[in-house]
Amino acid sequence: MTDPVWWASENFWRKTAIFVTAFMFVILIFLTFHSMSVILAGSEAERVPAYSVINHRVDYRFDNERGMFRPVIGEEAPLFGTVHTEAEARALVDLGKLTVQAKNCMNCHTLYGNGAYYAPDLTKAWLDPGWGNEQSRETLMLMFLTDPVTNARTYGTGRRMPDLGVTEEEARGVIAFLKWMSAVDTNGFPYGFTPLPQGGD
Amino acid sequence: MAISAEIPLTGIDAASPGESTLSAGQKLALKYFVAAMVLFAAQTVFGLLAGLQFIYPDFLFGVLDFNVNRMVHLNAMIVWMLYGFMGSIYWLVEDEAGTELVGPKLANINFWVLTAAVTVVVLVYLIVQVGDGTRASIWLINEGREYIEAPRWADIGIVVCTSVFFCNIAATFMKGRWSGISGTLVLDLIALAGLYLAGMFYTTNLSVDQYWWWWVVHLWVEATWEVLVGCIMAWGLMKTLGARRRIVTTWLYIEVALMFGSGILGLGHHYFWIGTPEYWLGLGGFFSALEPIPLVAMVVHAVYDAGTHGFKSNNHPALAWLIAHAFGNFLGAGVWGFMQTLPQINLYTHGTQWAASHGHLAFFGAYATINIAFIYIALQHWRGNVWMSGGLPDGGWKWKWSLGLQCVGVMGMTVAMLIAGYEQAFVERAAGGSTWGAFFDAQTRPWFVQAMQWRMVFGVVTAAGMAILFWDLLTIGRDETRPAKQVPDPEAEPAAAG
Ligand code: HEM
Ligand code: HEM
Ligand SMILES: [Fe+2]
Repeated sequence: MTDPVWWASENFWRKTAIFVTAFMFVILIFLTFHSMSVILAGSEAERVPAYSVINHRVDYRFDNERGMFRPVIGEEAPLFGTVHTEAEARALVDLGKLTVQAKNCMNCHTLYGNGAYYAPDLTKAWLDPGWGNEQSRETLMLMFLTDPVTNARTYGTGRRMPDLGVTEEEARGVIAFLKWMSAVDTNGFPYGFTPLPQGGD
Repeated sequence: MAISAEIPLTGIDAASPGESTLSAGQKLALKYFVAAMVLFAAQTVFGLLAGLQFIYPDFLFGVLDFNVNRMVHLNAMIVWMLYGFMGSIYWLVEDEAGTELVGPKLANINFWVLTAAVTVVVLVYLIVQVGDGTRASIWLINEGREYIEAPRWADIGIVVCTSVFFCNIAATFMKGRWSGISGTLVLDLIALAGLYLAGMFYTTNLSVDQYWWWWVVHLWVEATWEVLVGCIMAWGLMKTLGARRRIVTTWLYIEVALMFGSGILGLGHHYFWIGTPEYWLGLGGFFSALEPIPLVAMVVHAVYDAGTHGFKSNNHPALAWLIAHAFGNFLGAGVWGFMQTLPQINLYTHGTQWAASHGHLAFFGAYATINIAFIYIALQHWRGNVWMSGGLPDGGWKWKWSLGLQCVGVMGMTVAMLIAGYEQAFVERAAGGSTWGAFFDAQTRPWFVQAMQWRMVFGVVTAAGMAILFWDLLTIGRDETRPAKQVPDPEAEPAAAG
């Protein structure tokens, strides 16, 4: 039996495999620590806002410097007319997030573009022009979430959202969650999205 | 991890035709394979239901809604593939370790506990479906996170059962002998199980949620599962072709280096748009673009090995499915993944049928195929190590048609969804700015509507192929009296290396 040249030997590739795997994993851990500090809600990086962002108007505009769309946090515009403390806002968004999971929204919709493709993306649902205007939005969203079958708008597809038994309280949480999500900086996804008219628009 | 070939193989591969002398691990493997195939059938049924709802939205509305069907479709898939992997590992462990399974009784109980848990989870999905917005729902009903919807109690059960499985396998290798394949396999299993833990917590922050969710999903299918099937493939090539151990082991290491080298940071292609920093655009784009390289290497390896052995295998159906695996993995994961992996493109294709197109070809091509191949290897021995090469009594039409129909069916669905995805990328994303109006606009254009119809047509083709597969699995080799064809001894070194 002749020994193969070094680059074809088992030993060389075993060592390479171990080294490459360990090296890449260490880099990933390092980047994970960094990313975690950046995406903490309300961190200085301002990519993922604090939950109390639901007290403000959220817009989505093209940023020439970065060459991508990004959320713009505006003046005070409290959700359901109530200013929430950070803790209250957090509790409300948390209820929304739990409801989104318990109702299995992600197996019809996408969140940040991830999930299922049967129903529209929810990343910017709060800003969707389909809600008409700022004044009607909260009421329409509440009505829709608590009774999606009666309030269905199927845009000619016949696809309706089923009645998932969302209570009014849960619906308020979901809306807070959606408002918070629309304020997250997602590196310009979705591209070219025009929000519903707000404020002076 | 040196191979000490002195330890004799006891009781394995020594059967004469017509009588089956399976070891404890192999008997257990058969159970896993049966459960896997039942779940594969369930996957297909619920896929068909979900697909029909795209065309007839009122179908089962309020009874079994799309989200329920889709969740069962996906969970059945993940679980059957894991069952297939576990079965395959139980099948090869004694042969590879050169000793008997350490705890066959415990392993048997473990199988039934796991299967009972899976049954309960599925029944709850189907009957209870959704809960209210409390933590209890996530613990008891479903977690609402795509692919890992299993409620928390089941997560814990899965971790316990897989730990029992893992200990059994590792202990068996420890008692017997280690090889390059088994060493890689055991380390990979640790990583695979460890990653599951990354998906077992709740957080309000969706960005943090998805960050760790992708650790499970991506680092499973594009890293640890790939390496796992690499190990299974290496063993499969030795068994069906008599490929030399030194060659398959060296290739395995090369594949591990390339796969982990690209796939670990390739994780970044899911961190483009979830709130994570901008550097992931570059990192994720670059490293994930390299991911097809190991998949090319796997094709080269499989075809080269099959070629050098003149395609003379002792198990034609298994070898055919192994080759299908090599190409399916390359096409579905490598080519279809690459198509949408650069951020400049992904900005428009993200979250469209494009992803579903890739998901189908990748999961089928990479993982369904190799599991089926392994089941054929197992069946051959269960039947008493009988002939399964060319010249089967009925010409082997069943395995050929089931392979052909399933490949054509999945490819057809893939192309249909790709066309739908293209249309969505243009109409919904690029032109329409991804509003709800733009989404529905794209859903009602002829290119999309027809694509969904073609998806159903090819879905039925796939299902037909699967039905024939089950028929074949139940009958192949039943009346066979010839012993299996002899292949070269994988452990033997040739006199002169070529
Ligand atoms: C066998 C291996 C693979 C499997 C089973 C697989 C499966 C999947 C699945 C199911 C999704 C959809 C996830 C969701 O539901 O949101 C996905 C997404 C994706 N995959 Fe893969 N994949 C594999 C390999 C690859 C490779 C090698 C690449 C790159 C070269 C790749 C690139 C992508 C990208 C870019 C996405 C995101 C799609 C989007 O933006 O919506 N995949 N993969
Ligand atoms: C038998 C015919 C099948 C039909 C009719 C079918 C149908 C479907 C449907 C309707 C979806 C939901 C897509 C969406 O959200 O818009 C889906 C998702 C999925 N199916 Fe299938 N399916 C079939 C077979 C398979 C097979 C054989 C596999 C893999 C082995 C598979 C893997 C997947 C995956 C990974 C997803 C998630 C894709 C993603 O999120 O990107 N399906 N399927
Ligand atoms: Fe990935």
